[in-house]
Amino acid sequence: MTEQTRKFDPAAAAPFFASRGHSGWLGLKYSHHGDDWVELELPWREDLLGEEGQKVLASGPILSLMDMASGMAIWRAMDDFTAIATLDLRVDYVRPAREGASVFGRSQCYRLTRSAAFVRGVAHDGDIDDPVAHIQAVFMKIASKAPVMLDD
Amino acid sequence: MTDAREPDALTPYARSLGITLHEWDGGIPVMTVAFDDTVEGRPQHYHGGATGGLLETAGYAALRAELDRLGRDAVLKPINITVQYLAAGKSRASFAKGRITKLGRRSANLTVEAWQDDPSRPIATAVMNVLMAERDG
Repeated sequence: MTEQTRKFDPAAAAPFFASRGHSGWLGLKYSHHGDDWVELELPWREDLLGEEGQKVLASGPILSLMDMASGMAIWRAMDDFTAIATLDLRVDYVRPAREGASVFGRSQCYRLTRSAAFVRGVAHDGDIDDPVAHIQAVFMKIASKAPVMLDD
Repeated sequence: MTDAREPDALTPYARSLGITLHEWDGGIPVMTVAFDDTVEGRPQHYHGGATGGLLETAGYAALRAELDRLGRDAVLKPINITVQYLAAGKSRASFAKGRITKLGRRSANLTVEAWQDDPSRPIATAVMNVLMAERDG
């Protein structure tokens, strides 16, 4: 499918998500995308550390980053902006992120069914071949016809 | 006694997200977060990441409380977490409490549950493995 036929553009949608709510609080930014994957950036912040006195990013923000990148990868793969909800998310924290570095979360939707979406991804701090975390997740489409986004 | 340790048990991330100690239940801290903009995903619902952060924080807090009780000190490092999202988190306070399934010398395995109105109806559960490293110097 070519870029022109796609309805869901992660680059255009990301600023909306980053303007509000939990993603806005984290300061998530668009980084890259492909046909079935999206990468978001989590900029370094001193108040997101995992332990007092240790300059190591907490694991929670990485989980949030990957949840958000996964959701956007699914919308990209479906090419639709329907409501989805995380069913199951596994994060393996393979090494600490470098102090002061942005963490990038890249998630790929590798399988879509009528009701479920399967994703896998990595979080890295500059070199995708040396990840800080690996994730696998399953999302469910929400049956309701309710729009995912408020009018305001 | 243990209540005085509350600020230490919370990570800078957890404090920034607005997570606080709700109460002690049988020696285990019950953590809570109010619903506001910092935890919101889809309008009027919790973001899955915020729910995950609450679960993780409750898991670390339960482990820290037990290590304190045993007179042990360690730097807690995440190994992994698997979160099951069971129901949508609605626009009200959430609570979470961890249980140590296995406490070893180097790692601990925990199960954590998060709920809103009724502890017997969790909105999310997690299994976590945490590495307990020796403190440098």
